[in-house]
Amino acid sequence: MARTPLPAGGTPTLPETMTPALQLFLIVSAALFCIGLLAALSRRHAIFILIGIEMMLAAAGINFIAFWRFGPQPAPPTGVMVTIFAIAIAAAEAAVGLALVMAVYRHYRTTNVDQFDQLKG
Amino acid sequence: MRGFLDQIFVNAKQQILSLFAGTPDWVGQIVSSLLSISALLAVFLSLFALMSLFERKILARIQNRLGPNRVGPFGLLQPAADGIKMLIKEDIVPLRADKVMHFLAPILIAATAILALGIIPYGRNMTPFAIDGGILFFFAVGSTTEVAVFMAGWGSNNKFSMLGAMRAIAQMVSYELPLIITVLPVVMVVGSLRPDAIVAAQGGYSLGVLPHWFVFTPWGAAAFILFFISGLVESNRTPFDVPEGESEIVAGHMTEYSGFKYATFFLAEYFGMFAVSGLAVTLFLGGWHAPIRVLEIVPSYLWFFLKLGVLLFVFIWIRGTLPRTRVDQVMNFAWKFMLPMAFTCVVAAAIWHYQGRRFAGYLWSLGLLLLVYFALSRFLETGKKFAPRVYRFAE
Amino acid sequence: MSSAAFFLIAIVTLAAALAAATLPKLIHAALSFALAFVGVAAFYFLLGAEFVGLVQVFVYVGAVAVLIVFTILLTRRDVDRERGFNWSGVLIALAVFAGLLWAILKTARVSVLAVPVAPLTVRQIGEALMTDYVWPLQCIGVLLTAALIGALVLVMEEKR
Repeated sequence: MARTPLPAGGTPTLPETMTPALQLFLIVSAALFCIGLLAALSRRHAIFILIGIEMMLAAAGINFIAFWRFGPQPAPPTGVMVTIFAIAIAAAEAAVGLALVMAVYRHYRTTNVDQFDQLKG
Repeated sequence: MRGFLDQIFVNAKQQILSLFAGTPDWVGQIVSSLLSISALLAVFLSLFALMSLFERKILARIQNRLGPNRVGPFGLLQPAADGIKMLIKEDIVPLRADKVMHFLAPILIAATAILALGIIPYGRNMTPFAIDGGILFFFAVGSTTEVAVFMAGWGSNNKFSMLGAMRAIAQMVSYELPLIITVLPVVMVVGSLRPDAIVAAQGGYSLGVLPHWFVFTPWGAAAFILFFISGLVESNRTPFDVPEGESEIVAGHMTEYSGFKYATFFLAEYFGMFAVSGLAVTLFLGGWHAPIRVLEIVPSYLWFFLKLGVLLFVFIWIRGTLPRTRVDQVMNFAWKFMLPMAFTCVVAAAIWHYQGRRFAGYLWSLGLLLLVYFALSRFLETGKKFAPRVYRFAE
Repeated sequence: MSSAAFFLIAIVTLAAALAAATLPKLIHAALSFALAFVGVAAFYFLLGAEFVGLVQVFVYVGAVAVLIVFTILLTRRDVDRERGFNWSGVLIALAVFAGLLWAILKTARVSVLAVPVAPLTVRQIGEALMTDYVWPLQCIGVLLTAALIGALVLVMEEKR
């Protein structure tokens, strides 16, 4: 399953016994999701929260690709497409989120989310 | 005979690999990778040594001096002497530096520069890392350099380092856009991100003389020039070496590095230069194809390195000729001129393609490029922009 | 080989992600975040989606990590101030992980092995993007443009 560069036309295959099962990928992505959740919930810095959200999105991406890869083959690359779009959306989210952090910082001189408690700037 | 010389390195590698025929699959893969890596490193490290000498020699010629000529015949052993000097220098780490980041930055920057070299086809069947999205790999790895530069700047805990790193990242991010967008027309016309496919698409000759290199089409010529300028910026070379301008901020993000770590930065800069030039050769100058059909007797890799050498000479030539630009000039140039021109190249390539890649399309795309070029120079009024500049600081 | 690669990548990715979530210094966290995303990209490579892996490195390490680092620099006065750590978040995260783990281990259908398959080429992805997924693609284009303009408007200095 590990893709190694081969000349065009060759389809690299490995014995099935050597490839990790879908379960392992799901467990890793669940762990990544929970670490993201941890960062988003327990840190008070706005940038950490953003990092946490990005990690949760990446965990979802791993799941999409894994389900595509382990599903019946040949399958249309739906999982891959969703992941590509998710990456694009995450990039947009990061740009706007960081711009918000900076705009808020200008007003409050802080990036601690607990202190963003006024609606009036 | 011709085929033998052309494929001598490929065959040698196959010979060595056949010694490992009985072992499991992964042993062969690892040996194959190690062989490619050591060949790559051997070639480019010696090219680096030669280049550092020739750069000084050529710069000296441009400035009417002799250049290094004391060590060995014609100063040929100068790189060895420099290397020994760098190795035995004391390695100074600032007391307040972020030790881990200060240490990791040169490693990361050199590693990314070497990785980027992997996807370039150096000759017929001579691509070390033939991956389907090779061009994308190049840029993905190249964009990691920004993080390394930042680590160097931040880890040094020095205001010159930090300023230099900020400048470097700002201009690298800005010029990454034109760099990538000028690659798009080539990718569009070839219909592949594989460097091998791009080189293969440039084979063949019109009338037996004019090779089908993309640099000989109007959009290709424009894209090549834009790509080359962006490459100059990406490798922080004069006239765009604002991040490390000695007269302003000492040496930018390299200020706090000494001895071998400094040499590693130096090496990374040169490797970046080789990588960008190599990609330019692959994309626009026909890769390893010979310029005339008769000359195809000469092995393909020699053609590649000849073209690479010419581009590297232009790098040095520009360094010896042009003064350093100002920061705001660099940024303005990127966003107001390079980016629109790069997009025009994409459109011009599309027109060329849909006119059947014939003479009419040639003229149409040339006309479009000239129109946008003159409109831009008219609109930007480049001649009148000498007012005092306005400083805007981040708060 | 593949299993060894999998466990190596998994350990590096999760360690880097954990470092990104818990390190006290923001800059270190941001760089660990970049490393974690290189690890995620390596997973995509392992799963035969090279293109997505390259896009992941390109977008996250090249763009998002640099953006985060720049934001940290521009809000620097506030960066190293000591602030509390919300321990209830750890509990919630652990509870969610336990729930997910239970669900994954309980489901028999996910313990399948991959069938060998021809790798997904960039050409296939491009064709899919230009045929079946052309509307999502256009929407993403509009979204990115809007995000770009929005981010610029947000950080632009206000005229006083």
